[in-house]
Amino acid sequence: MQTVLDQFLNFEIMAKALPLLMAGLLVSAELCAAVIPLGLVGGLLLALATLSKRRAIAWPSLVFVEIFRALPPLVLLIFVYSGLPFAGVRLTPFAAVVIAFMLNNSAYFAEVYRAGIQSIGRGQWEAARSTGLSQVQTLAWVVLPQAVRNVLPDLLSNTIEVVKLTSIASVVSLGELLYAAGMARSLTYNASPLVLAATIYLVLLWPLVRLVGRFQRRLAA
Amino acid sequence: MATPVAAPLSGLDRFLDTFFNPTVIVRYLPDLASGTLVTIGIGAATIVAGIALGLFLACLRVRRIRLFDLLIVAWADVGRALPPLVVILIFYFGLPSVGIRLSGPMVLFLVLSGTLSAFAEEIFWAGFTAIDKGQWEAGRATGLGFTTTLLHIALPQAVRLALPPLVNRALAITKMTALGSVIGVSEILSAATTAQSFSASATPLTMAAIAYLIVFLPFVVLARLLERRFAWKKA
Repeated sequence: MQTVLDQFLNFEIMAKALPLLMAGLLVSAELCAAVIPLGLVGGLLLALATLSKRRAIAWPSLVFVEIFRALPPLVLLIFVYSGLPFAGVRLTPFAAVVIAFMLNNSAYFAEVYRAGIQSIGRGQWEAARSTGLSQVQTLAWVVLPQAVRNVLPDLLSNTIEVVKLTSIASVVSLGELLYAAGMARSLTYNASPLVLAATIYLVLLWPLVRLVGRFQRRLAA
Repeated sequence: MATPVAAPLSGLDRFLDTFFNPTVIVRYLPDLASGTLVTIGIGAATIVAGIALGLFLACLRVRRIRLFDLLIVAWADVGRALPPLVVILIFYFGLPSVGIRLSGPMVLFLVLSGTLSAFAEEIFWAGFTAIDKGQWEAGRATGLGFTTTLLHIALPQAVRLALPPLVNRALAITKMTALGSVIGVSEILSAATTAQSFSASATPLTMAAIAYLIVFLPFVVLARLLERRFAWKKA
């Protein structure tokens, strides 16, 4: 039992690793601040493209969505980070993560928005158009507010997945939370820094996981 | 007499040579193929175990035993809040020093199926709670036992509601088998990065992307068809 505690809950090592992990957490936060808005906006544009009446726009967008939902994010990241340099495109780890996440997240967010927009009946469009609103105004003031409200739990749960996913940035040596914890582990030969990182993720994300559940129940009622 | 000079590669040729080099493709195809089998094997095991455990936990929760409820909810919350890669590293690097030595594929399978079970439990539970109370009462009133009502009346309806989100979630988690490359599991991505460093070519990474598309694209399309079929119709 003592060895288990020493190995996983060594508070002395955790205390030493804490500053390193906090610096990592800051990088994680920066990463989230970049990739979440990009995913939300990119996803919306992509959703609108897949719903376009022009097939030349709708079909390629749909193919894009399917391809990037089928590719694991880590594969995208490795491709962008270690594949593109062969074509002369050399990116910093941060830029590589942002690009890989942009591709993956917009595909996932697009699906959520799509479901939301499709949940709004045609009558809403027709009524808004007949009151003299333009197509864009109808979308922005009538359809989207309702659509987003309908899929709010899914938008939130997708955002949680994005935050969790930033941990894969450690694979390309971006110094975020998990990378910092991994460093501390290899310096101390002790898993406690990883447990501390897991605890930090848990403390930050658990309330959001609960919130999604509450949203879902409210919408179902 | 001038010796013939190789024509400079055009842009397209250089692109093809970098990402679709035929020699590299032929050389590393067997490695990528065996990586694909590993991915499919671990992925399939994860789906079966994760969904089975999730369904079992949801059924247990229907009984409303306080202590079990608490444990199941805690499991589902933690499983949904933790990034799998963190848990993978804790298992892989932490457990050996307390005498538990698990292989890379085993760690990957345990963590991913555990994660999937957390999501599956919540999805099935949402399905159960969406079923009208009257269905339960009617089942019990006709003399069916609790288990029979659960299996023959509640479950079929819950599964129908759960299917589209479950397929999507199972897909998202099975794709995470790529995380195995971090702990030396010789799945697709790992085979590709090894081949990439030996061949000094980006082609193996393209092959990996194509392998993932071959394995996962059919399921992505299937998920879309299921979603459309079970779409929540709204006037």
